[in-house]
Amino acid sequence: MTDIKPKAVRRLGDVVFANLAFFAGVSILATLATVAAFLFAQSVPAFTGPPIDAASDGFLSYVIPFVFGTVYASLIGLAIATPLAVGIALYISHFANRRFAQVLGYAVDLLAAIPSVVYGLWGILVLAPFLSPTFNWLNENLGWIPIFAGQVSATGRTMLTVGIVLAIMVLPIMAALIREIFLQTPRLHEEAALALGATRWEMIKMAVLPFGRPGIISAAMLGLGRALGETMAVAMVLSPAAVVSFAVLTSTNSNTIAANIALQFPEAGGNYTNLLIATGLVLFAITMVVNMFARWVISRRAEFSGAN
Amino acid sequence: MTAQLNSSFRGTQDLPKWLSPTLLVGFFLASFGFQVLLASGGETAEINFIPVAVFGLLGFSVALYVISRVIEGVRKATDRLVTIMVSTAFSLALIPLISLAYTVVTKGVARFDAEFFTFSMRNVVGGGGGALHAIIGTIEITGIATLISVPIGIMAAIYLVEYGRGTIARLVTFFVDVMTGVPSIVAGLFAYALFVIFFGPGVRMGLGGAIALSLLMIPVVIRATEEMLKIVPNELREAAYALGVPKWLTVLKVVLPTSLAGIATGIMIAIARVIGETAPLLLIAGFTASMNYNPFDERMMTLPVFVYTSYANQGVDMQAYLDRAWAGALTLMLIVMVLNLVARLISKYFSPKG
Repeated sequence: MTDIKPKAVRRLGDVVFANLAFFAGVSILATLATVAAFLFAQSVPAFTGPPIDAASDGFLSYVIPFVFGTVYASLIGLAIATPLAVGIALYISHFANRRFAQVLGYAVDLLAAIPSVVYGLWGILVLAPFLSPTFNWLNENLGWIPIFAGQVSATGRTMLTVGIVLAIMVLPIMAALIREIFLQTPRLHEEAALALGATRWEMIKMAVLPFGRPGIISAAMLGLGRALGETMAVAMVLSPAAVVSFAVLTSTNSNTIAANIALQFPEAGGNYTNLLIATGLVLFAITMVVNMFARWVISRRAEFSGAN
Repeated sequence: MTAQLNSSFRGTQDLPKWLSPTLLVGFFLASFGFQVLLASGGETAEINFIPVAVFGLLGFSVALYVISRVIEGVRKATDRLVTIMVSTAFSLALIPLISLAYTVVTKGVARFDAEFFTFSMRNVVGGGGGALHAIIGTIEITGIATLISVPIGIMAAIYLVEYGRGTIARLVTFFVDVMTGVPSIVAGLFAYALFVIFFGPGVRMGLGGAIALSLLMIPVVIRATEEMLKIVPNELREAAYALGVPKWLTVLKVVLPTSLAGIATGIMIAIARVIGETAPLLLIAGFTASMNYNPFDERMMTLPVFVYTSYANQGVDMQAYLDRAWAGALTLMLIVMVLNLVARLISKYFSPKG
């Protein structure tokens, strides 16, 4: 054997193109790092500069009500959205007939395309007045439950309204993801269950739900990530106060980080701006953790990667 | 054990088909009638549809479950109950969609006129005025964001599908997914933090909005392009290599044209997603009542921010401001719908057949 090693020709075009593609890919990592770095750099003056009136008790006591509001509103939204999303996904994947199901899928996807400012407008001018009588009823009859206690808001601009709006907003993405997973249930499992005489619900309980459970969890986490960062709908609907309060029907609600930034930023000056950026950095950190956990759960089962 | 067996085999009869819809209609009518009675008796001020729906549904579920349990047995009864619950979940999700569409259209048409599309808000107090300045701003800012995102997004997707192997590619894939979850307001803060370095505190300009939007748009473009490149059959690439075509020309002349329709669809959907973004534009592009064609200088109005500020800063003639907000919302919804429709049409008519 003579030692002939065929050597690939390194064309200039190949090198340039491959490097361009490589840099585009790496720029994603660089961008995320830059976002964190710039937000951090711009947060620093909030701590080193002159004291800020809005946060006279220090940064922590300023940001904690907002962190609480962000998490609380998102969790309410998630608690409403998750069972509904599972129901919708089941309906489209296993209950509706195939042709109808496709149209329904589009309809749910349409919900995802509606801008958040439109949700905000609808939430404040339509949903809040519509829910207000129900809030009164809840307060009168279930007021002994702490979260329903307190003076009911007359406008309906409460934490519960925000939770419902957030639920509607994260529903499409969660339903779409869970539906994809339910559709991937091995056909043989389903048919085996049915052949053994299971009813449709028993088949779902035995074959579909166990298969889809990690998917439901990760969809809920992605929905949570969305809800945490949602800005305009919350800013428009909620009547805010800087308190930590579990009551969902009153007009003193803990604002969310994102909504607080949107409301304060346009008028902010000096290092108040930097303070708001610092709260934004906190939000960025929270959503990063939630999203990374969700993606990690998904990536453990690669077949679920159709997240978008 | 015997008892269990008995109960699970009890009732081999099926319920007649007409029973369940009849029960449904019956209970809703009864529940509605009860509310009407309450209202006429002065117990409640007006008919509230939430209790009508809740009690109608509750009555229907209980009745159907009991009847089915007696006649068909417990297993089928549970199945019927779950079917009711799942269908309810689905109808609940459709209610906001219908309500939103109805409200936006009925309230939006009041000011959906020629003046709305030909005037800005300069020197307008009360009625009249329009959103031309906002529409121009939205077109320019979204256009620039698209110009930034599309090349980066497509090249990054090419890297992931055609070149990327090993740790870096895995990292990029992971962080693209994570990037889709970056809150839009953080993107706005980032653009501000970036521009403050060059232009000083309080900076507002359209270009910043474009930067913020492209941060949100790039991951969507990458995902869509990646999916499309992945379904290009390997045989096409191998055929090109066999003819001696270099890899970069294979990608440019074979792979990309094959998946172009799908990529265009993905870009359309990405545009539709960012065109409604409000928060980042509120922070960095700001708001103004005047025309501004120059994205490199001064505040620039955009359509979502127009909707927000019309609602938030209502003037003396409140209704005029609200009408403009709804008209803006209707315009925005129509733009998003059209973009989605165009995306579907592109993928339907231009994708490779066979």
